[in-house]
Amino acid sequence: MTLDVIIAWITAAITFGTVIMFGCIGETLNEKAGGLNLGTPGIMMLGGIASLAGAFFYERSTPNPVPIVCVLISLISCLVVSGLAGLLYGFLTITLRANQNVTGLTLTIFGNGIANFFGGSLVKLSGGVGQISVASTSKAFKATMPFISSNLGIVSQLLFKYGWLTYVVLIMAFAMQYFFNKTRTGLNLRSVGENPATADAAGINVTKYKYAASCLGAAISGLGGLYYVMDYVKGTWSNDSGIEALGWLAVALVIFTSWKPKNATWGAYLFGFCYWIYLYIPAGINNALMKLFNVSRTTYMQNLYKMIPYIVTIIVLVLVSSKKKRENQAPQSLGISYFREER
Amino acid sequence: MDNNCAVQLTNITKSFGPVVANENVSFDIRKHEVLALLGENGSGKTTIMNMLAGIYYPDSGEIYVNGNLVSIKDPKDAYALGIGMIHQHYKLIDVFSALENIVLGLKAEGKKDLSMAREKVSEICSKYGFEMDLDMKVYDMTVSQKQTLEIIKVLYRGADILILDEPTAVLTPQETARLFNILRNMRDDGKAIVIITHKLNEVMEISDRVTILRKGQYIGTVNTAETNPQQLTEMMVGEKITLDIKRDLVEEKNLRLEVKNLTVINNENKRVVDDVTFNLYSGEVLGIAGISGSGQKELLEAIMGLQKCEPGSSVVYYSTAHGVHELVGLSTQEIIEHGLHLAFVPEDRLGMGLVGNMGMTDNVMLKRYRKGPGPFLHREQPHQTAVKIKEELDVQTPDLEYPLRKLSGGNVQKVLVGREINNKPTVLMTAYAVRGLDINTSYAIYNLLNEQKKRGVAVVYVGEDLDVLLALSDRIMVLCNGKVNGILDGRTANKEEVGLLMTHLKEGE
Amino acid sequence: MENKQPFIRIRKKDDRPLWQQILIKVIAIIIALIISALFINLITKLNPIKVYESMFRGAFSTTRRIWITIRDTALLLSIAVALTPAFKLKFWNTGAEGQILVGGLATAAMMIYFGDKLPSAVILICSMVLSALAGALWGFLPALFKAKYNTNETLFTLMMNYVGIQLVEFFVDVWDKKQSHSVGVINPNTQAGWFPSVFGQQYILNIIIVAAVTIFVFVYLRYSKHGYEVAVTGESENTARYTGINVPGVIIRTMLISGAICGLAGFTEVAGISHTISTKTSGGRGFTAIIVTWLAKLNPIIMVIYSFLIVFLDKGAIQIASDFNLNEYASKIITGILLFCILASEFFTNYEIVFRHKEEH
Repeated sequence: MTLDVIIAWITAAITFGTVIMFGCIGETLNEKAGGLNLGTPGIMMLGGIASLAGAFFYERSTPNPVPIVCVLISLISCLVVSGLAGLLYGFLTITLRANQNVTGLTLTIFGNGIANFFGGSLVKLSGGVGQISVASTSKAFKATMPFISSNLGIVSQLLFKYGWLTYVVLIMAFAMQYFFNKTRTGLNLRSVGENPATADAAGINVTKYKYAASCLGAAISGLGGLYYVMDYVKGTWSNDSGIEALGWLAVALVIFTSWKPKNATWGAYLFGFCYWIYLYIPAGINNALMKLFNVSRTTYMQNLYKMIPYIVTIIVLVLVSSKKKRENQAPQSLGISYFREER
Repeated sequence: MDNNCAVQLTNITKSFGPVVANENVSFDIRKHEVLALLGENGSGKTTIMNMLAGIYYPDSGEIYVNGNLVSIKDPKDAYALGIGMIHQHYKLIDVFSALENIVLGLKAEGKKDLSMAREKVSEICSKYGFEMDLDMKVYDMTVSQKQTLEIIKVLYRGADILILDEPTAVLTPQETARLFNILRNMRDDGKAIVIITHKLNEVMEISDRVTILRKGQYIGTVNTAETNPQQLTEMMVGEKITLDIKRDLVEEKNLRLEVKNLTVINNENKRVVDDVTFNLYSGEVLGIAGISGSGQKELLEAIMGLQKCEPGSSVVYYSTAHGVHELVGLSTQEIIEHGLHLAFVPEDRLGMGLVGNMGMTDNVMLKRYRKGPGPFLHREQPHQTAVKIKEELDVQTPDLEYPLRKLSGGNVQKVLVGREINNKPTVLMTAYAVRGLDINTSYAIYNLLNEQKKRGVAVVYVGEDLDVLLALSDRIMVLCNGKVNGILDGRTANKEEVGLLMTHLKEGE
Repeated sequence: MENKQPFIRIRKKDDRPLWQQILIKVIAIIIALIISALFINLITKLNPIKVYESMFRGAFSTTRRIWITIRDTALLLSIAVALTPAFKLKFWNTGAEGQILVGGLATAAMMIYFGDKLPSAVILICSMVLSALAGALWGFLPALFKAKYNTNETLFTLMMNYVGIQLVEFFVDVWDKKQSHSVGVINPNTQAGWFPSVFGQQYILNIIIVAAVTIFVFVYLRYSKHGYEVAVTGESENTARYTGINVPGVIIRTMLISGAICGLAGFTEVAGISHTISTKTSGGRGFTAIIVTWLAKLNPIIMVIYSFLIVFLDKGAIQIASDFNLNEYASKIITGILLFCILASEFFTNYEIVFRHKEEH
C-alpha cells in the first residue's frame, strides 16, 4: 500500500467520521438526560435535507450567492428543522410519555420520508428540471483554512485540508465532555439521566433538562446530515438513504464511546476506517476470496466487504457488554419516561 | 396563630385514581420539636409528607408555612420554604460522589465552585457531628452512610423543617441511637422535625408529640409524655389488638439442611456469602439478622440454586420423603423437577416471586406449569388452588385473573406465601416477609409461619425488625459482611447483643 | 410565592373504559387523516375531498387493487405477528428487515438454482423451510449474545439488517446476468417456485400462510407452556429464574421463532408477490411492523386494523404521488403522521389532564 493510498484512506475515514461524530455527540447529549432516540438517523436526514433546501432556495434566488449567507442559511435551516424534530420527539416521550424506541423508529421513518420526498421532488415542486445541487454552498462548507491547509506538505494533506466543520465537531466533542464533567449544569443533566426522581427531589426541573437535551442533541445530530450533504456528497442528494445507515452507526458509536464524547473523537474515525476498508482490501486477499466465492468482479466482492463496519460494530457491542465497569455503563434511567406521581 | 408553628396542614385530600390516600387531613408541625407521624403501611403518612416536599400536589386543602398560605408545586418550592425530606428510598445518584450529590441542583456560589461547597459541608458536619468522606461514591456507601449523606444534603439546603421517612428501617440499634442524638441536636437548634414511622418504641423514645393517621384519615395528636404504646396502637389500628407472637417449642427436631462452607462471589468480585456454615432443623424458626446487604438475599438464593456457589460449598437437604440430596450444583429447575420441597418467599415479591401483570391463577401456576402432558398448559388445577388460597387466606381481589400489581402489598404477599405453603414444603425460607404490610397482615404472616413450624417445617425468617426477630425465632443467626458472626438462642438474646454482632465482626474470624 | 395551583396537572388513569379507549384511537386516526390531507393539499393544492378520493382509488378502485391491498395488509400483519413473541419477551427485535431479506434471499436462491431441476411444489416447500431457517439464524445471533452477555439487542439486530442488505447486494450482482444490478423476475416463463393460484386467485395462498402463522403464534403464546415461559420471562427475568425457567434458552428459542416467521414473510414476498429479490424486498415493513405490534399491544385484531390502515394510506399516497408525478416517499411521511398521532393518543388512554377550574368546589 503506497503512502498516497493510505492518505486517501485516512482522509475518507475522517470525512466519514465527522458525519457520525455529529450524530453521536448529539445523541450522547440526549442519552445523558435519559432519552434514547432511535430517531437519530431520521433527524440527520431531516437536518441534511433542510440545509439543502435552504441553500437551494437561496442559490436559486440570486445569481451570485454570497458564501457566508449560504452557510448561515443552510446552518440555520438545519438547526431549526432538526431541533424541531427533537422537540417532537421530546413532546411525545417527555410530555406524553410515549415509548422511546417506538417514537424514535417512527421519527426515522418519518424523517426518511420527508427527506427523500423533498430530496427527489424539490426541483420539480419549485418548477425546475434536473438534479438538485447547491454548488456554492457546498464550496463554502468545504472552505479550508488558509496557508496551513496546503503549505505543510503531508501534514496539510492529512490534517488541515478538510472543511471547517471537521474541526468544529472536534471542538464540540471536547466541549461537551467538559460540560458533562466540570459544570454544574452538566452535573444536573447527568443526574436527570441517572435518576430523575432524585434530580426532581433536588429541585432540578427534569422536564426542562430533558427537553433541552432532546432539542439541542437533535440539532447537533442534524449537523451530521448537513455535513453529509454539503461536504461528504458535495451538495447533492440521492434517494439511497445513505444517511440512515450512517445514523445507525452513530447510535452504535454512543455505546462504543461509553457515553463519553471525548472517545467519539477517535471512535468515529475508527468506524470511518472500517467503512472504507472495502476499497483497500489487498489484492492478494481479494483475489483469493474471489476465487473462493467464484466471483468474477471486484465490485461484487465489495458488497461483502461493506459488511465489515456493521460486523465490527456487532463485535464492539458484544465486547462492551461483556465488560462491566460502573463508570462505563449507560445512564441508569435511559429509555424510561419519568412521571413524578408514579406509584 | 401560634408563633411556634412551622407548618399547618388544613383539610388536605389526595387521591390516586380510585384510591384515596389522604382525606381531609389537618394537623400542624412545630419548631423545637420532634413530631412522630404514626400510622400503618398504607395509612397515607408518606403521601401527605410528599405533598410538603413537592413530590405530589394535593387535590384540595391548604398548606401554611410559617403562617403563610403556600403552594408547593415542586421540590424546588419546598426547599425555598426550608422544607427538606429524606425519603425512605434514598434519592441519591449512585455514580456521583457525596459532594456532587449534595450540590446537585443548586446554583454554584463563587468561582471556586466545589471547594466553597466543601467548606460549607464541613461546617455542617462538625456542627452536628457527622462523619463523611465527601469524595466517596454513593455505590460504595453503606445504608447508614447514605442516610447521613441525605441529612447533610437537606441541611446544606438550609432546611429547618426536616421530614424523615422510616429512617430507622435499615439501621442497627447503635446506628439508630446515633441518629436520634443528631435529631435531638437539631431539635435543640430550633428545627422542626417529623419522623414517619410505625415503630412504637421509637415514637416513645424520640418524639415530643405524635400524630396518628389511619387509612388516609387523621385520627388525632397526643403528647408523647401523656400516652402509652397500647393507646397508640389502638389509635393506629382502630381496634384493641394484642401484639404478642406465640412462640411454641417443638420438641421433635430433625436435620433438614446442612449448609457447609457456602461461598458466593458476586459479579463485582465481592464475597457476598463468605464461608457460611449452619444447620437447619424441622420444627424451628431460624431468624437471620444483619444490616441490609450482608448476604441474606444471596444466601437464600444460593440454597435455591439461583446463585453460583464457589467450589467447596455444600448444602445437603434431608427429607423423610425424598431422601438426601446435595443441592449445590443443582439448578432451580432441577430442584423443582426432583420434587424437593423447598419453598422460598423472596424479598422482591413482584420482581421475583410473582408476575405483577398476571392474575392469581397464572401466578399459582408458576412453579407447576410444567406438570401435565403435552405442550399445552393445564390451568384447571392451579385454578382450584387459587380458589383455595383466596378463601383460606382471605385474599381481597375482584377475580382470579385480576393483575396482582393492582392489589395491596398485603394481598400480594398472601398469594405468594399461600402458594409456597400450599406445596407442603420441608423447608420454608422467607426474606423480609412482612415488609410494607399492615399490622394485621403481619401478624397473620407470623401465625402462618408458626403454624408451619408446628407441622414440622424448617422455617428461615430473614428480617430487619429486631423486636420481631427476637419474638419469633427459636435461634437467631447474625450475618456480618457475608459471614456468620454468631448464632444465638432466640429466647435469651437481647437487641443490643444482636446489633453489635451485625456491625462488628468477631475477632479471629 | 404565588398561591395558585398549577393550571394543568396530569393524573394517571389506568381504568378507562373500553369505549373511551376506542374513541381516543378513532379520534387519533381521524386527526392523522386530516393532517395527511392538509400535507398533501399543501404540496399538490388538491382539495382534501379529492385527496381522499384519490387515496381510495389507489387502494380499492379495481378488484385487482383490492386484492393487492389485502395481500399487502397480510404481509405487514405477518411481520407484526412475527415480532409479537419477541416483544412479549421484551426483546427489541429491530432486525425484521434483515430477517425478511435473508428469508427472501433463500427463496430466490432456491428458485434460481433449482428452477429447472425440481418440480415447483418441491421448490416451494424447500424455499419455505430454508427461508425460515435463514430468518431464524438472523434472529439467533443477537439472541445468543443477549442471553449470554446481555448485549444490546436493538443495535445488534439493526446491524444484522445491514449485513443482510450487503448479502443481498452481493447475490444480486452474482445472479444478475446483464450487470444492471438487478435480478429481474425469476423464472418468468416456467413460474417455478411461484405461489400457484388457488380458486383462481393469485394471492389466496399468501393469505392462508399469514392466517396460519397468526393463529399459530397466538395459540402458542396463550395456551402453550412455552408461551407461558415467554410471558413470565418478559415480565421479570428474576421471577423466571426463581421458577426454574432457563432464561437464555427462552430468549434464544423465542428469537428463533420470531426470526423464522420474518424469514417466512420474505418467502411470501419473493415467491408469492414480487418473484424477484433486491434490497427493497423488505421495503421498510420490518420497521413499520415494530410500531404496529407495539401500538396494538400485541393484540392480533388491532394489528390487522393498523396494518390495513397503513397499507391503505401507503397505496393512497403512492396513487397521489403518481398522479402528480412526485416520488413514492410521500407514503412514508403519511405513515409517520399516522403513527405519531396514535402514539400521542396513548397518553390520553393512560393519563388524564386536570384543569385548575375543575377543582374549585
